Amino acid sequence: MNSFSYTRAGDVAGAVNEAATNRAAKFIAGGTNLIDLMKENLARPARLIDITRLPLNRIEDIPDGGLRLGALVTNADTAYNEQVEKRYPLLSRAILSGASAQLRNMATNGGNLLQRTRCYYFYDTATPCNKREPGTDCSAIEGFNRMHAVLGTSDQCIAVHPSDMCVALAALEAVVRVTGKNGDRTIPLADFHRLPGNTPDIDTNLREDEIITAIDLPAKGFAAHYAYLKVRDRKSYAFALVSVAAALEMSGDTIKETRLALGGVAHKPWRNIEAEALLNNKAATRDNFQIVAESIMSDAKGFEHNTFKIELAKRAIVRALKHAAQMEARL
Amino acid sequence: MKNEPESRITLRVNGAEKHINVAPWTTLLDALRHYLDLTGTKKGCDHGQCGACTVLVNGRRINSCLTLAIMKDGADVTTIEGLANGETLDPMQQAFIDHDAFQCGYCTPGQICSARGLINEGRATTADEIRELMSGNICRCGAYPNIVAAIQQAMQVIERSAKP
Repeated sequence: MNSFSYTRAGDVAGAVNEAATNRAAKFIAGGTNLIDLMKENLARPARLIDITRLPLNRIEDIPDGGLRLGALVTNADTAYNEQVEKRYPLLSRAILSGASAQLRNMATNGGNLLQRTRCYYFYDTATPCNKREPGTDCSAIEGFNRMHAVLGTSDQCIAVHPSDMCVALAALEAVVRVTGKNGDRTIPLADFHRLPGNTPDIDTNLREDEIITAIDLPAKGFAAHYAYLKVRDRKSYAFALVSVAAALEMSGDTIKETRLALGGVAHKPWRNIEAEALLNNKAATRDNFQIVAESIMSDAKGFEHNTFKIELAKRAIVRALKHAAQMEARL
Repeated sequence: MKNEPESRITLRVNGAEKHINVAPWTTLLDALRHYLDLTGTKKGCDHGQCGACTVLVNGRRINSCLTLAIMKDGADVTTIEGLANGETLDPMQQAFIDHDAFQCGYCTPGQICSARGLINEGRATTADEIRELMSGNICRCGAYPNIVAAIQQAMQVIERSAKP
């Protein structure tokens, strides 16, 4: 780890001011990803701004009927929160399928959004990586790319976003609240993470002086019809090969609204709203689910070791939708 | 590393107040092992993947290797050295012995602290739930079946002793 100086922020304005005046500074909260990146010499902040004592550690109702998740609430406290379990079980399931109990006790909601890819080449400083060092090359495209993306890739980067929580947040259309030196703004989760394009080094649209203060969940929680299906190499404590967050609003056997978000397949949680709309006012049948799965994956492009993900994702989508529609027992 | 002024922090470790000087980059794991001579907590992978460094901070299990000591100023820390009551082992320690739940023993302090955290959380009752919620502790010797059996025994003992 590099040497660095340390300061503890007393309030949000102070934290933002520190970050705005020192571009080599980084916020630290749970530390589960940042400290690891620092040990690997992938992150070299000259200063850490400890934000763990800021008053962003509550989960509370918001006037529009939704729920506000403080940025500093831990993943565990969020997943086990009574309101989240009752009104947003999809989110609870997704969080609990990620990492380990210890890590979930440390990791915060804001930090979960900002975690970086676990691409082996990004972590291996002996190899070129456009995300780590722009302009050097992508070692994964022609390398061992079994874990990598099949949707939204560029010729610069095929890394995937590793979060489970964010996949559920994408399906729930959460909104990220941030504060920067120019004040507050909100970023829909769909616009928070970026596709790699020509700037794979930039993961998110958060500005350098901005701090995440909360994540707002809209009132609609899809608690009656949801599923989070995670396919991975081990039964527990492994990143997804493919994950699917499925949420349905149903009237009898007819689907009124569909939300589908995919993890493990792209540089950000993957949504395809046009494909989801194919199910509007349709019956919940395997054939209809297959049509949506084919549509979502029609643009997919596999690489040497990960082409299997395309068929795997289709089957996972169909299976998750069947579970959400309660055509099969709860996952 | 360049000279950075060390900070004086206070940790309540296994019930005793400790004052130590740490650099900003000193992890809680290194602080425990090097500054407080509490070498029961083990450094396995040092990247939060193996769970050998698991300790309880304010009653919750965490990976001490991914925690900066300076950020825990004022916290209550329990390590494997703090679980026994004098010569009387904690029920979890006794259960690990009863069930032969370790071979080389390197992961054991982390397993036991993690299992203690698991009980504090109160989310696991079945063997499957124990396995899922203990997945952050890797045992290279593969003593998993005995670890699960030990945790089940300790759960019963602790539950019984908690009842009036």
